[in-house]
Amino acid sequence: MARIRLEGVTKVFGAVVAVDDLTLTIEDGEFFALLGPSGCGKTTTLRMVAGLERPTRGRIFIGERDVTDLPPQARDIAMVFQDYALYPHMTIMENIGYPLKVRRYARSEIHRRVREVAEVLQIADLLDRRPGQLSGGQQQRAAVARALVYPPQAFLFDEPLSNLDAKLRLEARSFLKHLQKSLGITTIYVTHDQAEAMALADRIGVMDRGRLLQVGSPIEIYRRPRNTFVATFIGSPPMNLLRCRFQQAEAVLVLGDGQALALGERAEALRRAFRDGEPLWLGIRPEHLALAEGPGPTHLAARVYAVEPLGVETLVTVQVDAERIALRLSVDEPPVLREQVWVRVPMERALFFREGGELAL
Amino acid sequence: MTVIREVLSRVLFYLFSALIGAFFALPMLWLLLAPFNARGTLALEIPRPFTLANFEAVFANTFAMRALLNSVFIAGGTMLVVTLTATMAAYALSRAEVPYYDLLTYGLILFSSVVTGTAAMVPIFLLANALGLVDTYVGVILTFTGGLLPTAIFILRDFVEGLPRSYEESAMVCGATPWQMVRDVVMPLLQPGMMVVAIWAFVQVWGAFLIPFVLLRTPERMPAAIAIYSFYTEAGTPILTLTSAYALLYAIPVLVLYLFVNARYGFRFFGGIKR
Repeated sequence: MARIRLEGVTKVFGAVVAVDDLTLTIEDGEFFALLGPSGCGKTTTLRMVAGLERPTRGRIFIGERDVTDLPPQARDIAMVFQDYALYPHMTIMENIGYPLKVRRYARSEIHRRVREVAEVLQIADLLDRRPGQLSGGQQQRAAVARALVYPPQAFLFDEPLSNLDAKLRLEARSFLKHLQKSLGITTIYVTHDQAEAMALADRIGVMDRGRLLQVGSPIEIYRRPRNTFVATFIGSPPMNLLRCRFQQAEAVLVLGDGQALALGERAEALRRAFRDGEPLWLGIRPEHLALAEGPGPTHLAARVYAVEPLGVETLVTVQVDAERIALRLSVDEPPVLREQVWVRVPMERALFFREGGELAL
Repeated sequence: MTVIREVLSRVLFYLFSALIGAFFALPMLWLLLAPFNARGTLALEIPRPFTLANFEAVFANTFAMRALLNSVFIAGGTMLVVTLTATMAAYALSRAEVPYYDLLTYGLILFSSVVTGTAAMVPIFLLANALGLVDTYVGVILTFTGGLLPTAIFILRDFVEGLPRSYEESAMVCGATPWQMVRDVVMPLLQPGMMVVAIWAFVQVWGAFLIPFVLLRTPERMPAAIAIYSFYTEAGTPILTLTSAYALLYAIPVLVLYLFVNARYGFRFFGGIKR
């Protein structure tokens, strides 16, 4: 078990900068998720930690050891691949036992240890089969078992759940979290699914275009995204962003269609952060919005665009001028399509981003 | 109207196919029947009288029997050398991303047909002579290997390219050294391709006449392709009874090899990679 440190790591493929000057420390025993859209450099980062890719610049440490120039087999890590990469010509027993076999463990010892992890992962009855005879979920467990059989310094996961169907994915997710917490092995988990990252990780690193945009606990990232990219990447549905203009004299925000929202207690802070007439983004999470009976200083007139009942709550999308706003409502009688409604915007919950995207307040 | 036309076209099609089939099957049938015929004939006929005397005569020819064994040595040796070196070369060429790889292989394939061709026989003999390889199995095997290797590499590279890299990467992460990775993961997964190349190389060498004829001196080292001429009369015409019996024996190892490989490796592994 060890802490993993990346210092100024950069990876360039030809003319493309896949990872750009990334510095990050993952604490001992931590479950760290690297989150971002496809092509953001998260998998490349993971592969550099594994030793499958050599950084163009920068150093990587596992524990106190500088592993930058070490091949994968000398790094003492375990990785679960997106496609599992179970060897089709070996039985599950041989697959799981492979890390022990290459380290020249005695046959009886390999069998004993494989049985042990297979019990934990509930695949002990499948050991004589070949990977082709296993379901997706069983293959995934076998791949995890292979990673576990020789206790590594760190666990690396590359989208291990993306090939499972929705129901199985939830099951495997809680299982992975439980497993990681009970073993306490430092884990880096790469995913493009924000819900997965939120559910699993102690801390999340959000990446886009090779850059690490924000690192923090799931709650921190959810509550105070550092910019509009993170704000709209996290949450389902993501944070609403309304383009508006700050009018200092009236202490209001004016939307594109001329509707004004009173800033109330936050006017003073905005006055210090923004110039008069400066355009900005008002960010507000769907669950903080509510319907109001009629017009008010912080109410927006809107028309219902779509109503999606989800059981516990109802997802309502309304249209204000050209922009669509999502609301998560837990009401018994949701509004109906095309109805005129008033949306109450609680200013104390709102975030304000500069026009360029970074968080101001 | 259309039904009649349909039926008619079908009938014609099968008739035509049967003719083509017969064209290829009849010599095979002759090969199965003629060795058991007491009278040497090129006609296709039921052996009359039926006899095993032809085989007795062939088995008595120790030179020819020894030659069958020599063929197994030469073809088997070449098969092993070609398959192993081609697998490693194809793997390295595929994974190391050699620049101008295609130009290189096409060039080599072009030249390789020269190596085993008649035109190169004199330089090859001189080369083998200078290296002290004339009249040795090693000389024959190496010459064949030089001729077959480029095509073998070309065939095998396609198999290597079809192998997802995550197998190798996961082996490395599991702690395997490069050698362990190749032995435990890459080679077994390439087995179907290696079998294709092995059979192909074996058959190429099994039927080859010129190279052993030029490079070997001692009768005891000659392969069957040369020894079959010991069943010719001094005037140079084949003794059909004995030639056919020997030809049947000569064909058996290739058939057995094919059947064995087909039974054992004819299927492909699947699964383990989720697509």
